[in-house]
Amino acid sequence: MRPVLPALRYLLALVLSLLAVGAHAQLAIEITGAGANRFPVIIPVFENEGQLPNSVTDVVRADLQRSGLFRLIDLGALALPEAVMPDLPALRHRGADAVLSGSIVSLGNGRYEARFRLFDTQTQLELGAMALPMLAAQHRLIGHRIADFVYEQLTGQPGYFATRIAYVVKSGANFELQIADADGMNAATALRSREPIISPAWAPDGERLAYVSFEQKKPIVYVHTLATGQRRVVANFKGSNSAPSWSPDGNRLAVVLTKDGLSQLYVLNADGSDVRRLASSAGIDTEPFWGHDGHIYFTSDRGGSPQIYRIAATGGSPQRVTFEGNYNVSPRLSADGKLLAFITRNTGRFQVAVQDLATRQVTILTDSSHDESPSFAPNGRMILYATESGGRGVLSAVSSDGQIRQRLTVQAADVREPAWGPSMR
Amino acid sequence: MNKLVLPALLAVLLSACSSTSTDTSAQPTSSSSGSSTGVATVTTDSAAGSGIAALTDPNNILSKRSVYFDFDRYAIRSEAQPLVDAHARFLSQNPQMKMLIQGNTDERGSREYNLALGQKRANAVKQALVLLGAQDGQIEAVSLGEEKPRCTDSSEACFAENRRGDMLYSGEF
Repeated sequence: MRPVLPALRYLLALVLSLLAVGAHAQLAIEITGAGANRFPVIIPVFENEGQLPNSVTDVVRADLQRSGLFRLIDLGALALPEAVMPDLPALRHRGADAVLSGSIVSLGNGRYEARFRLFDTQTQLELGAMALPMLAAQHRLIGHRIADFVYEQLTGQPGYFATRIAYVVKSGANFELQIADADGMNAATALRSREPIISPAWAPDGERLAYVSFEQKKPIVYVHTLATGQRRVVANFKGSNSAPSWSPDGNRLAVVLTKDGLSQLYVLNADGSDVRRLASSAGIDTEPFWGHDGHIYFTSDRGGSPQIYRIAATGGSPQRVTFEGNYNVSPRLSADGKLLAFITRNTGRFQVAVQDLATRQVTILTDSSHDESPSFAPNGRMILYATESGGRGVLSAVSSDGQIRQRLTVQAADVREPAWGPSMR
Repeated sequence: MNKLVLPALLAVLLSACSSTSTDTSAQPTSSSSGSSTGVATVTTDSAAGSGIAALTDPNNILSKRSVYFDFDRYAIRSEAQPLVDAHARFLSQNPQMKMLIQGNTDERGSREYNLALGQKRANAVKQALVLLGAQDGQIEAVSLGEEKPRCTDSSEACFAENRRGDMLYSGEF
């Protein structure tokens, strides 16, 4: 028996209705479960923050709150200037284990600097300090960076707030490949089509996406540069072309082609040149995921049922990775190479599972039944995936220990095919 | 439930987002820089129609284009044989005509794995046509997987409707 984590064990009844405006539908993130012991922290408003048109510290607070790991203690309008040592014993008395002090300093010509320090109220030591130059319009990015700093200082792991996600929105007969900040804000459309778009995959540079578009009435793999909208066909062979995954150096792509019959794995350059077959089977090989461990993980039914295998990126003989159940698909490896996320069929329900590659221990993380397309945050701590709620496609995220859950919805549309991008530069 | 509504101050930023469109050669026809999100929008175009009356005449078997499959099966049922025969004959008598076969699946399971299963169905239809006299070079077998369902309910009847291969002729794709 595989352990199934109880649903909604910890209920944090908090809804952040994040209002995306303009041409885009409203995006909302709902936190449906949080860690048992949340770290009490004070994130006060920064000194002189009022000179910015938009709050930076609101972004920091929302990020930390949403992570499920922190409990925010409110100081109201009281600022703790960066240049002044805060009264740590008094702040400890208010229940905080850590305190951020900070100021916004105007540098003139519309330029500012966010200066901040983090303190441990117990040891009364400064944990770290930073100064980030910024423009007023960068309040969200700078807020995410400050949240990343606090997260890393307090958890020992890199933060994942200054990242972007890609996903596909279907509304009526229209498909849009959208890009948003990891908190669902700043949504923008990269590609709009009357035909399906699937399998977006971020290049390691965070500036390009590979994906499959059906705009030519068949699946073709494109590489799309987000800033310019420039697109390049990288795989359009006879038959179907799909399932792109970038090599960690961003130079190559693993793809699935059917030019020689059934779906099989190939590797090619990011410009479409130098196509080489990676593996051969008499069945289906698909969904390659190019891991940082030098292996390409993939789904194959060569043994009868779809299971996950891996093969060295240089070729060789594949090894089977999953053994429990008769439907294990969509493999994704965490950046540290220790954890494999995938979709398993569990008594008729498709659910997100993780397998510890060292121990082979499998844990099912969700209690839903239409989960698809898992995608790790860069730090491996959260897994973004597509599922269904109320008959509509929604995005959800679950921590890799199953304790923290979030849901991201776009009203009046189906959302699917999420991909979590690398940290923003 | 405690609802915390954050101030929405992005209208100006989002309205500054750039948009671009593409023709079928996938080149952006316009783009603009200075987007606050650093993401330019591209819009794709779609294709046109056929021309031969027999292919659309509802009294002609050639107007029927769908071959259905059983659950988890990739062999053509005997009832579909006359339809496959007719199209194979048409292709062999009209060697200038090309055909695109689109394989489809029901919605259950992974999109990419379903794309691979749809390919199996498209390949099965192609093999049957070639066996009956069509030229291999006339036919391209591709998959739409679960992406273009003809029926969108989560019912057995609907799943069966979506397990099929569709035959499209030159000009229809």
